[in-house]
Amino acid sequence: MVKVEFLGPIGKAPVEMEAATLADVAEKLQEDSTVKEWLPKCAVALNDTMVSDLNTPLKDGDKISILPPVCGG
Amino acid sequence: MELYDGPLDVKEIFGRWLDEEAASNYGAYIPFVGTIRAEDGIEALSFDIYEPVLRVWFDVWQEKAKARGAVVKMAHSIGDVPVHTSSYVSAVFSPKRRVALELIEEFVEDFKANAPIWKYDVKNGERIYAEDRSTPMDGSGLLA
Repeated sequence: MVKVEFLGPIGKAPVEMEAATLADVAEKLQEDSTVKEWLPKCAVALNDTMVSDLNTPLKDGDKISILPPVCGG
Repeated sequence: MELYDGPLDVKEIFGRWLDEEAASNYGAYIPFVGTIRAEDGIEALSFDIYEPVLRVWFDVWQEKAKARGAVVKMAHSIGDVPVHTSSYVSAVFSPKRRVALELIEEFVEDFKANAPIWKYDVKNGERIYAEDRSTPMDGSGLLA
């Protein structure tokens, strides 16, 4: 199982799922209409490192963070 | 990198940073202060931060600065920050002014684009996500 957490204004509780790659996570998150709207503008971190490849393999216990548009300062 | 609940004590932070580098032989110290402006009827801005990714982002900038003989520092607020107070300060120290002037611009601009911080307007006690002023981080849309 991997854990997916939704940061900042998304306002959704973390979910756990079975996933072998980030592509599996994408497929499952797209089933949730609220989350699906956020996905085009969200970046992704795996265990707190930013990632950019859908084929990134996942292992049990991994933490995936969904980061919506930012505005610090 | 320093994170605080509520507004920053700007004078204390800048004074302390000056003391920290007093004997480091830097010729230039360029500070930046972000102050909350009164506009659109807001009482305050409010901030969420994802600290683990922010620390990684800041560590990369420390290495970039070090490669140019400089040091970057920053402090940011978490939670509500009233108008006319400050939520963000940063600074660059470098041997000569040119590197510091260039770095402060690059650092602050990348901060706005890629530091994992979310801003909300506070109006009538309610937090409203500042979506129209927010920027998707590099690599956004991967899961879409």
